[in-house]
Amino acid sequence: MSLPKVRVPYLLLLPGFAFLFTFFILPIINLAQTSTQTRVAGGDTGQYEQTLAFSNYIQAFVENKEQFGRSFLYATLATIFALAIAYPLAYGIAFKAGKYKNILLVLVVAPFFTSFLLRTVAWKQILGEEGFVVPGLRSLNIIGEQTTLTSTSIAVVAGMTYNFLPFMTLPLYASLERIDPRTIEAAGDLYANGITAFRRVTVPLSMPGVVAGTLLTFIPAAGDYVNAAILGSPNTKMIGNVIESRYFKIVDYPTAAALSFTLMVAILILVTLYIRKAGTEELV
Amino acid sequence: MANKPSLSPEARSILRTQISRRAVLAGAGGIGAAGLLAACGGGGDSASAENTVRWGNWPLYLDFDEASKTYPTLVKFSEQTGIDAKYFEDYNDNDEFFGKVQAQLKLGEDIGYDVVTPTDWMAARWIRLGYAQKYDTANIPNKVNILDSLASPSYDPNRESTLTWQGIMGGFGWNVEKNPKGIRTLDDLFAPQNKGKIVVLTEMRDTIGVILLGQGIDITKVTEDQFMNAVDFMAKKISDGWIRGVKGNEYAEDLTSGDATAVIGWSGDMFILASENEGKFDFAIPESGGTISGDNLMIPSTASAAGKANGEKLINYYYDPVVAAEVAAYVNYVCPVKGAQAEMEKIAPELATSEYIFPTEKTSSRLNVFRSLTPDEETKWAEAFQQAQGN
Repeated sequence: MSLPKVRVPYLLLLPGFAFLFTFFILPIINLAQTSTQTRVAGGDTGQYEQTLAFSNYIQAFVENKEQFGRSFLYATLATIFALAIAYPLAYGIAFKAGKYKNILLVLVVAPFFTSFLLRTVAWKQILGEEGFVVPGLRSLNIIGEQTTLTSTSIAVVAGMTYNFLPFMTLPLYASLERIDPRTIEAAGDLYANGITAFRRVTVPLSMPGVVAGTLLTFIPAAGDYVNAAILGSPNTKMIGNVIESRYFKIVDYPTAAALSFTLMVAILILVTLYIRKAGTEELV
Repeated sequence: MANKPSLSPEARSILRTQISRRAVLAGAGGIGAAGLLAACGGGGDSASAENTVRWGNWPLYLDFDEASKTYPTLVKFSEQTGIDAKYFEDYNDNDEFFGKVQAQLKLGEDIGYDVVTPTDWMAARWIRLGYAQKYDTANIPNKVNILDSLASPSYDPNRESTLTWQGIMGGFGWNVEKNPKGIRTLDDLFAPQNKGKIVVLTEMRDTIGVILLGQGIDITKVTEDQFMNAVDFMAKKISDGWIRGVKGNEYAEDLTSGDATAVIGWSGDMFILASENEGKFDFAIPESGGTISGDNLMIPSTASAAGKANGEKLINYYYDPVVAAEVAAYVNYVCPVKGAQAEMEKIAPELATSEYIFPTEKTSSRLNVFRSLTPDEETKWAEAFQQAQGN
């Protein structure tokens, strides 16, 4: 009777594997095949043939290194800002909110009830000429008459920070909430002041949340193209925008595929280095 | 009048109350009742039959009656001919639609449509690939009604397999307060008050077309060097901070929010903007000429003989000036049918004088169709245009 027992876990895994195989592995293989194709000589727009042209990767990277750099810069900035905003927020909800805890958590998640796209378009209105931010800053003489906020890198990074904030806040909250308050009390008993107790006890114990939150923010942010498309200008285009344009506008599937692969590998390397450094014993 | 097509107060008041294509889009959160109705139809996969015709068109691009949830002109067509017209509003994007049906076209399998509505350059690609059928002109006597300015595009010089559904003018749009004298030339567009507040279209043929025309180049014969030169001009205006964005229909939002004060834009959008904002915005065809492009009624190679004949009858029906006027009163784009203006006098005289819907002959002569590109050019030029905008 022991044999079926062994089989059960594998059977339970089967639907998941089948799904991932069909909708992840097969497309990845297809993408890899596409990435080394070149145009059919004399063929029509969008007709490509396999020539194992690995040079596509070099060309795609060299032509778009600026957008690659920008993607990682913006994603890093958005992650840092999101962390700076989310940590106190999650801390407050976990330790100080009392009976309002659940309401505040709902408020953190509430933006998800609206479409990602609509929220970003709303930001365009808020930062636009007829919103309240620009006239406000102008009346305080912080920005000049001709300065605008939309179509700038500030708007793109701000939009990304906002859009990914819940992804940062929720894992942080989950980690902070699990901390036993008695450990902090114990630190106080051992003559640690508030700052030392926070630095030596709270922060290390919340690290799994920090790692999970930064990954959940950074990875989608690096591949994001919506914020740059809606809030940015031609000078703030990210790699996601290039892939979109290559695929739909230029109908250059191989370059789009090569760029996608390069982005995946770059993120994988960065994330591996980061996890090595930060440690993930408690992450999974 | 030819230089400054503007709306009469009557036209504005009519438009404010009328359910236009764009107003429905804005009001119903993007899903008009028409869209829902079409969605129920199942997306054009029913088999071609003797007395049916299946037409795939862009959303909100045909007169629609909210009360009865029907397309009045289409209902009349069915009554007159006994042909069951199935209408699908699922042509949302040229590339997307092409991608969806390309494999079937290649194999010669039914794609589920007897009439499709691609934009000029995409129609050119279908023709090149042999995916379009030539009309039996005996079935389309109204073909002669096409406007002279649209009668011989380079991809189909004799209009043997395409006829324009609606035309779209490309030119300058502006905020009247910021540009009291209006915009007629590239110099007017790149005037100091517009610095950093100019938006141009993502549609390569309109944006570069208007720039090329401003440089005195004939876009029906443009060479690669001339094109690349115009792209460099645009790239320079972007890097020098003149142009803030290259966008699709969203430029209308930028104009209303005040983020943009001048644009290279489309007549239909500007028509709505001007009427919704009490004349705060205006549109003109540049002195050096504007662009005109169109979406085209075309019969795919996979349509059956019966489907093709019925499709031709449908196309002929919509080239009847009476019917064309009814459609134009709803969709606000350039009506491609001669004689529709006289018919419009009878149903909505205010709209009959609109240069947006019925450009005068003098205006039409200043509109140009971008020449069709070879596949190599199409890829290379699109690439240059995309890279100039940071992609």
